[in-house]
Amino acid sequence: MPSLKALKNRIGSVKNTRKITKAMQMVAAAKLRRAQEAAEAARPYAERMTAVMSALAAGVGTGDDAPRLLAGNGRDQVHLLVVMTGERGLCGGFNSSIVKLARARANELVAQGKTVKMLTVGKKGREQLKRDWSAAFVGHVDLGEVKRVGYGNAQTITRQVNAAFEDGSVDVVTIFYNRFQSVISQIPTMQQIIPARFEGGATTALYDYEPSEEVILADLLPRSIATQVFTALLENGASEQGARMSAMDNATRNAGDMINKLTIQYNRSRQAAITKELIEIISGAEAL
Amino acid sequence: MAETVQFDLVSPERRLASYAATEVQLPGVAGDMTAMEGHEPTITSLRPGILRVVAADGTKAFVVTGGFAEIGQKSVSVLAEMAIPMADLTAAKLDELMANAVPGQDRDVADKTAADFQAIRAAAGL
Repeated sequence: MPSLKALKNRIGSVKNTRKITKAMQMVAAAKLRRAQEAAEAARPYAERMTAVMSALAAGVGTGDDAPRLLAGNGRDQVHLLVVMTGERGLCGGFNSSIVKLARARANELVAQGKTVKMLTVGKKGREQLKRDWSAAFVGHVDLGEVKRVGYGNAQTITRQVNAAFEDGSVDVVTIFYNRFQSVISQIPTMQQIIPARFEGGATTALYDYEPSEEVILADLLPRSIATQVFTALLENGASEQGARMSAMDNATRNAGDMINKLTIQYNRSRQAAITKELIEIISGAEAL
Repeated sequence: MAETVQFDLVSPERRLASYAATEVQLPGVAGDMTAMEGHEPTITSLRPGILRVVAADGTKAFVVTGGFAEIGQKSVSVLAEMAIPMADLTAAKLDELMANAVPGQDRDVADKTAADFQAIRAAAGL
């Protein structure tokens, strides 16, 4: 049975923890709103881009003269996995769920005899992958200093990825991120960006192209990849805040429960001490 | 009043403008073009230049540094990586855009881009 003083200290410290988790939850809620707004604002561009790209890609096809970013370079030996995680922890299973998916995919590829390379975005994923996959690391993009993810960040990542693809050191590029479903649910997603895939393609609108279909396609492909990366970054940002919000909400609630339990224990031991003292006084008086 | 088209100007980060316009003048790669209601559906790349949008309440101009436009019968969507309203353009800003636009291209393209920026500078009177 801990002493009264120890219990009191314990209650005090749990109360402080609750204050902190509560504050973190509020901050995450505010950031989540901003992240969602950013994702919302980016949607029109991404949607148009995909629509145009599917129309173009369907028109050009994946023949021999198709751009390599679309058709691939004919090999699928070296896979580059771009693992996007957060820069901070304390957000439930957010980082580990992405890492888990990436690890599963990497193991699967290795089992098929492929070579795996990794580009990590965000510190947390790198830390978790370091133990098993540090030999596969080809680069790291640090977003720790970035307050708001901008299109420029996506372009930086895309440039690295494209450069690796152009010089032939990787054949297939896949990105890993968490797709934002709701505050309590984020879906770890893997998406192949090179060779580019566009679903649909059933767009029947016939366009004139100026200058020509091929030139536009070659011009747009890198942009479209940057857009996909950007969308993933934004989804990831919203997911991280959502995950943190629900993790902190749980923590706050747990702290509340714990305070209640400790308070009951504290009151009981205080009452027991009082009763004991009374008994001592009374029995002392009776003995006289 | 003339027929209008739905004009949208979107950048990767947000929607910059969306309203009804009577005509949109685009700096296409293969030359300037004007899109009005009933235009043949066209997709064109843009060069750095000035985009003018004529609407019922006047003309608005934006500086774009590239991107592409999707023109339909009833709509014109411009997808630009960077677009600034002409009124907000300063000489320093233009220099910055120019510095970002040039690297990594061969000489002909770089010269062409530089010329495009000079044209913007002249048009903006900076």
